[in-house]
Amino acid sequence: MSEINGTLNGMPITARAGQTVGAALVAAGITSWRSTAKTSRPRGLFCGIGVCFDCLVTADGVPNQRACAMPMRDGMVLETGMGERPDA
Amino acid sequence: MLEVFDVAVVGAGPAGLAAAVHAADAGLGVALVDAGSQPGGQFWRHPDEAAAAANPDQFREGAGQHDWKRFTDLRTRLNRHRGAGRLVYLPGRQVWLIEPGGHGGAATLRLAPAVDVPGSDAAEPGQVRAAHVILCPGGYDRQLPVPGWDLPGVMAAGGAQALLKGNRTTAGTVAVIGGTGPFLLPVATGLAGAGVKVAAICEANSPTGWLGNLAGAVRAPEKAGEGLAYAAALARHRIPYKVRTAVTEIHGTDRVEAVTISRLSPDGSVLAGTGRRIACDLVALGWGFTAQLELVLAAGAQTAVDADGSLIAVVDNRMASSVPGISVAGEATGVGGAAMAVVEGELAALCVAAGAGAAETARPTAAQPELDRRIARLQRERARLREFALAMHRANPVPARWHGWLAPETLVCRCEEVDYGTLCRAHEELGADDARSLKSFARPGMGWCQGRVCGYATASIAADFASRPVSEADLRAMSKRTLAAPVSLGQLAALEFDDFDDISADKGSQE
Repeated sequence: MSEINGTLNGMPITARAGQTVGAALVAAGITSWRSTAKTSRPRGLFCGIGVCFDCLVTADGVPNQRACAMPMRDGMVLETGMGERPDA
Repeated sequence: MLEVFDVAVVGAGPAGLAAAVHAADAGLGVALVDAGSQPGGQFWRHPDEAAAAANPDQFREGAGQHDWKRFTDLRTRLNRHRGAGRLVYLPGRQVWLIEPGGHGGAATLRLAPAVDVPGSDAAEPGQVRAAHVILCPGGYDRQLPVPGWDLPGVMAAGGAQALLKGNRTTAGTVAVIGGTGPFLLPVATGLAGAGVKVAAICEANSPTGWLGNLAGAVRAPEKAGEGLAYAAALARHRIPYKVRTAVTEIHGTDRVEAVTISRLSPDGSVLAGTGRRIACDLVALGWGFTAQLELVLAAGAQTAVDADGSLIAVVDNRMASSVPGISVAGEATGVGGAAMAVVEGELAALCVAAGAGAAETARPTAAQPELDRRIARLQRERARLREFALAMHRANPVPARWHGWLAPETLVCRCEEVDYGTLCRAHEELGADDARSLKSFARPGMGWCQGRVCGYATASIAADFASRPVSEADLRAMSKRTLAAPVSLGQLAALEFDDFDDISADKGSQE
């Protein structure tokens, strides 16, 4: 199987096997999937290697996962706008 | 009772892989812990091995890699040691707490899953105990804030490269690459090779003759060859290489649309009237590297400021830190590249093996002179590569006047959204003139990333406020993290429970 299907806020996202969530979103032309807490600015991949935590996303109900470090899995449900604060 | 390994290696990049493989070669029982899902670290990041094996046409594993055969050799040996039961490989796990053993006792590494999604591996990672720990945490791109750097489409240079190397994904169609140092070149040629138009590389310094002379001058002819290969690739892809030039502003509403690049004077201040706008949808930035030091600091090891201004672990010529039982290898002892990291990893492993051999009278002593010869050879090789690294650091410093590019509303801390104006007020109104005070008054470095991204910049801004060079104290204030990786309350609760048990056991034995 070389194609993987998931959703971001209900919208279909297709990935190649082995792609991370972050790579799949960027490949789909999506550059941001989070808003900052204070000024609601858009954020997506920045460091790309698990250091900066800019690319946080909710995956299968688990909030605050780094999209850059997480392999995309078939049937994965990705959601934005949930609890991206360390003290939430 | 938990198994106590002879040695635990943290990190499976060039240094960690070499350390783990050579330690196992020397007959030690090894645990190799890594946050990545497969070995290689950042330097040898490559597509998912299962996916590549299933689709060899789509993924050519070594494409775009440097020194790939060295990696595949190490990987083969790693797997052989795993098969023989000499090495336990623990991928997908982060060490969030290190407790050095001290006085000959075993150190404990507490592990958390790197990816916390139901169904992922490593859900119950637990802990590793070892008589000796070799920390090989590597590094990541050092960043200097610039107006607009928080816009989507702006990435760390290494991030753009990681997408390419690990995912065969390009982050944009037209790129501008900025910062300083030789690493900008493989990022540019990698992107160009994948079909991205690289509109410019902006190198803030003017490394005179870097592409040829410098390398030869410090007795690293292999690097001169690399330089010539890059020069040819830049010409082939028609990539403009602009020296004494920086990306001084990034434009866009909800994503990158363009950059302004400006000429710099030798101290890094912008030459008025030289700004030029370039349309692009990807900006890749890197100002050298920052060593990942949280475990080094958590272990209580001594640090120093290196020639490139980075905080690094102090080690002796056997890669031993100031804490007994804790060695450090790779970028964390001074940024020097993958070849040097491999040498340091092997050196650290052999020195641990030599120490274990000397302590164990049962071990055949005939091997000791051979071990000593190899150690001496690696020490010479390390010294030679270190000389080259120092020359590179001197040729590619962070520009002294980079702060001049900042506007009051430029974010310095991306996580807590602390702008430069807020830091200026913390200095002017509250008297903050060191990184620790800036951090407590204005909160840079107190968000999700815990100062990993803004740490150097905040330290540098504090030093600029006080008109003095960046100090070790500034860098340490921004690098100390209570926990080395985010953990759940459940993991903390479990820790308290364990420790309570340990304490009651101790009390029981005393009574």
